[in-house]
This record gives sequence, C-alpha cells and structure tokens, in this order.
Amino acid sequence: MPSYSALLGGERYRFDGLAPLLAAATPERSGDQLAGIAAESEAQRVAARMALADLPLAEFLTETVVPYETDEVTRLILDSHDAAAFAPFAAMTVGELRDWLLSDAAEARSLARAAPGLTPEMVAAVSKLMRNQDLIAAARKAEVVTAFRNTLGQKGRIATRLQPNHPADDLKGIAAAVLDGLLQGTGDAVIGINPATDNIANCTAILQALDGLRLDFGIPTQSCVLTHVTNTLEIIEAGGPVDLVFQSVAGTEAANAGFGVTLSVLAEAHAAARGLNRGTVGRNVMYFETGQGAPLSADAHHGVDQQTLEARAYGVARAFDPLLVNTVVGFIGPEYLYDGKQIIRAGLEDHFCGKILGLPMGVDVCYTNHVEADQDDMDTLMTLLAAAGVNFVICVPGSDDVMLSYQSLAFEDAAWLRRTFGLRPAPEFEDWLARTGLGEERGLRALPDLGQLARRMGLPA
Amino acid sequence: MSEAPAFGNLRRLTPARLRLDPAGGAAPLSAVLDFQACHARARDAIHAPVDWAALAAALAPLPVLDLHSRAPDRATYIRRPDLGRRLRAEDAAGLTPPPGGADLAIVVADGLSALAVDRQAAGVVKALVARLPGLRLAPVALVRQGRVAVGDEVADRLGADLCLVLVGERPGLSVADSLGAYLTWRARPGTPDSARNCVSNIHGLGGLGHDQAADRLAWLIGAARARGLTGVGLKDESPALAGAAAPGRLAGEGAPPPCELVGREPAAHVPPG
Repeated sequence: MPSYSALLGGERYRFDGLAPLLAAATPERSGDQLAGIAAESEAQRVAARMALADLPLAEFLTETVVPYETDEVTRLILDSHDAAAFAPFAAMTVGELRDWLLSDAAEARSLARAAPGLTPEMVAAVSKLMRNQDLIAAARKAEVVTAFRNTLGQKGRIATRLQPNHPADDLKGIAAAVLDGLLQGTGDAVIGINPATDNIANCTAILQALDGLRLDFGIPTQSCVLTHVTNTLEIIEAGGPVDLVFQSVAGTEAANAGFGVTLSVLAEAHAAARGLNRGTVGRNVMYFETGQGAPLSADAHHGVDQQTLEARAYGVARAFDPLLVNTVVGFIGPEYLYDGKQIIRAGLEDHFCGKILGLPMGVDVCYTNHVEADQDDMDTLMTLLAAAGVNFVICVPGSDDVMLSYQSLAFEDAAWLRRTFGLRPAPEFEDWLARTGLGEERGLRALPDLGQLARRMGLPA
Repeated sequence: MSEAPAFGNLRRLTPARLRLDPAGGAAPLSAVLDFQACHARARDAIHAPVDWAALAAALAPLPVLDLHSRAPDRATYIRRPDLGRRLRAEDAAGLTPPPGGADLAIVVADGLSALAVDRQAAGVVKALVARLPGLRLAPVALVRQGRVAVGDEVADRLGADLCLVLVGERPGLSVADSLGAYLTWRARPGTPDSARNCVSNIHGLGGLGHDQAADRLAWLIGAARARGLTGVGLKDESPALAGAAAPGRLAGEGAPPPCELVGREPAAHVPPG
C-alpha cells in the first residue's frame, strides 16, 4: 500500500493509503469522527489536502479505496472508466483538476465530455480541495438534461419534487397535498410518495391514484411511489402504472446489500421500466436517493470517508441513466452530519460531485429534530444550491413531512427560489401551469378556483 | 396579504400543513410561528433531562436500578450512538442476577425524548406488571443517556430471559412525547435489531394508550416465552390489534417512524439506536 506525505510547519505528516489520505483531507463531520477516520488535528487536515493536491489523478485508476475483487461497485467504476475521455486529464494532479474546473476551459460541453473519464473517487478528492464557492462555481457550469414526460435540468430552470406524504397513505389526504403543491407551481420533477406501508397492494393503489390525477388534469409530469425496487418490479409485472423505478443506493456492495439491492437487480428494473415506454419526451426512468453516512450506518464503509463513499453511490446511479438523483443530505442524523454547517457543506459537495459525474442532481434540503439546524440553515442551503444550478429540490406542505417526521422545503420556498433567481419550471410543465391558470404571473390572471379544482379531484371542498 | 379561504373539509383529510391559498406569496406569519413552536417543543424534548427521581417514585414499590450509559452527556450521546448502546463499565460490573432469577428485565432509557419517558414510562410499566402475574421481574433499570441496545447488556447481566426496553422516540413536529417499546429474547451485546419486536407510538395524541400498549406487550411476552424467540419470526397477532389501526397509521398524528439508515422506503426503518 502506498503512503503519502506532506510537510507543514516543519512537521512531516504521513498517510498510509489512499483512504486515510482522503478521510483526513475531508472537512470536519461527525460521521467520519464516529468511524474513527477523521483528521486528528486541523493541521493534519490541511497537510492531507496538500498531499492530495499533488497526487496524480491516474493514481485513482490503480489504487482502490474498496477492493476490486470483493466489491462490485469498485468493479463497475473501473470497468466502465472511459480512457479516451480521461486522456486530457491523464497527466493532471488533483490540484490541477481543481484549477481546470474553475477555469474558463471548463464549461457545459467540456464538462459533459470529461464526466465519463472521471471516477467518483477523483471527483470526491477534488471537492476536498474546494471551498463552498468553488463547489458552486464549478457545478453551475455543468448542464445535465434528462427527460420523461418533461425536460429537466436546462439552464435557467429549477424543478421540484412534490412530496405529498401521509401517515396513513390516505388517498384523499394525499390528493389534498398534491392540490396544495400544484397551486404553488410544484411537481415537475416528480410527484413522489414515500408510502407509510410497504406492501404491493398499497403501493399500487397510490400509483393508480397519482396516475389517474395526472391523466385527468393532463399534467406533463411523472409519478413515483418510493418503495423497494423488488416491489416495483412486481408492480410492473402486475401491470401497475409505473413511471419511475425508485431505489436508495450507496457506494459499496455491502451497503447496497443492506438496502437489499445489487447492480443486477437495478439493471433488471431499469430494463423493465424502459420496456413500458411510458415516457413521452424522454426515456430516463430511474430515480435514486443517496446520502452521506448510509454505508457507515450499515457498518459497510471499509474505513473510507462518507463523502467519498457518497460519490461512489453516484457511480452506481450513473450506470442507469437516471431521470432524478437526490441526496437526502440532512435526513440521516447528527451522528453523520452534526449541524447546519456540516449539512450545508455536504449538500454543496453532493451536488457538485453528482453534476461533475454527469448526474441530474437534486437535493432534499432537510434536517431532523435532533440535528443542530433549523429553517434558517435550509434557507441558506437552498439559496446556495439555486446559485449552483441544482436540478430540483423536494417540497412538502409547510416544510413538515408528517409521515417521515423531518423538515424539508415548503412549496413557498420553491416559489421564492423561482422569484429570487428568475428561475422557471420545466418547459412542458410551465406551459401546463399557464394553461391551467396556475402560472407564476399571478397579477395577470384571475386566481384559480380552488373549490372547483378540489371537486375535480373528488375532494370535499 | 390575502386571507386564505378556510377549506376545512380539505384540511381534515391530512395532518399536513396545507396552505390552500390560491394567492400564494410568503407563508403567513401565524404558520411560521406555529412551525417554530412545534420545532421548539421537539428540540426541548430531546435536550431536556428526564425526571428520574419522579419516575422512580412513580414506579414504587417496584425496585429500581440507577444506571448510566457510556455517553457522559447529551452532546456526546447525540454524536456517538455506539456509547449510548453500552453501560458505563462500573455500572455493568455492579449488575448481578437477582436471587431466585428473573424472567423479565424492564429497562427505561431516555432515548431521544425526555418528555416521552416522563409522561408514558411509569404508566406503561405499571399497566404491564399488572398483566403479568407470576412472572419473576428484575428491578426496573433506569438508564441515563441510553439507546435501545443498552438493554441487551442489562438483561444479559441480570440473567433475564426477556428484555423490554422503553425508550423515548425521536420527536416529530406533531408528537414530541411518543414512547417506543422493544422486546428481545435472550438479549446480549451485539443482538441484531431484526431479533426484536417493537410496539411504537405510545402517546396521548391518537397513539397507543398505556393500557393498549400493555395489552400488546403482555401478549408478545407470553408468545415470546412460549416460542422462545422474538423478532421477525414472531408476528404480532395480539387481539388488541383486531380492528384497530396499526400504530403510525393514525390519520392526524404524524407518528415518527424511527429512521437511522438513509433509505426511506419503509423496509429500511430500524430502531432509533
């Protein structure tokens, strides 16, 4: 195993292996401290960054952080590496990649060409050398466009997942929350439910209700019930109206086993959903969620820092051409990201790494009640992410998810982002909002008739 | 700012914070302040200390053991779930099986809600003990800064066949005082969560009442002793469930499902620690 070192303040700091070097270079976070791999001092952290800056990118093609022989995620990353796309970077160090990303040479097209040549570990490494403003500056230059019933990710646009969760999966309660979200112009990324009960019949009933709503109103969007991939496969086989296949994924084979998934079952589901041909303007059919700390919580981290493992989860996601990927950055708990500062940093890292790897990256800007964070921290993170060009964010009524018991963004926050940054929804969805009288230019039209909309949805208004 | 129409019928369909205002714009101040009040209550429930003396008094004449996990304070407890799962060395060393043995060790740990322990724990223990005549009980262990798995070490040291941990659940915005109960057969350090049975959402806002919870736990205890196991192999078929909504599925409550893994499909939910 190679060792790396740097001289700082007359002291030589040594790092015995790539994983310890990456872990020590990571900004402070509770998950790496819990795993016992965080930098032991601030000086050691900076020394690690100095050593990392001088590391050739090519090192990541020969040195693995999780063994190739025992981990299918490592095999996926290395076996699918595009040497031709990497060629322009083959002689660079990690520090030189940082300089390139911040230079004018890096723009939407050159970033898209570079993506297949960069491995998740390279991108995680360079993120550790970047300040928050650097993560924003580089990510906002990337453009990752995906499509199903609408077109997501174009410059100047921001989409939203409308998340109308209900603690009893009550279909009318769900519909009422959907109505509330549509009133405020959200739902173009997906109308996506986390079911309270994970059985096939229940998930199918929710899917049918959402699909019926979409058809009745002619909404150019997609729906999803976020159940396990094997459940979705069963629903597809039974003829259920599946637009998108959802799955939580992580950056190691063992952590994915904790989620009950393998690359082959993801491939099977990908093929099955594409075979349904339900998309109208595109064929991206996968929806992945990720989050720093998942491998550690499953005791499957191999001594690798949680941010590098998170980037490897994006390596899994990009093998399946997803429509949507989002980190649930503040959901995982304070033992992984302790406070607002750590959540904000991680949200920007996750968005940057996903975008540079070529993913349609969104973020659930969120926190739980035992984290040292509040809605002010979420205001800060959503503002920074809008500046960074995030593809989509997640919104729930009044910021309060009454099924999962955590706080995310509100429908009003999405409207605020659109207004403040001059951003627009997905083009097809924007047209539909205008036709339905729900568009942004509220001063120029009569207010929508809520009672009439509700009655059309079969709700008692 | 326009006054939002009432649409009370729509609001009754979900506990979600529906706005239903076609005019849109900034959230009304009343909604902002109500949200802050609920968040403050949840935060206070997490960081406040349990009134352990009052709990011991409420449990009398049942004997109690005062114990502490390896997490010295709340800040460490939040960051280090591993420390909350083990007893402080000197407390563990002092635990020995009661003379005559024990069938059941009841453990009360603060978990993530002091309010839940203060309001629910004594009531559930007393209702349960009344339903378990003839069972040999170890003294009730009160574990400060404890998570679910700390009960494994307690029951193992006390030589009890069954371990019941009552623990404060992570507060949501709607309910901050919900108690969870975890039953484990032949618990010892390292017992996986899949070997436990859980009765969650014990609280007064549409959750399980103390007697309902005690009925279900008494049934589970009887079934666990008869079959010699707990966990995924022991399905809850207690009559108390018949016709009742499953916990966490009560409209209007927003019952907090405990989540540690990032995966948000329900199958990935695991106990809070």
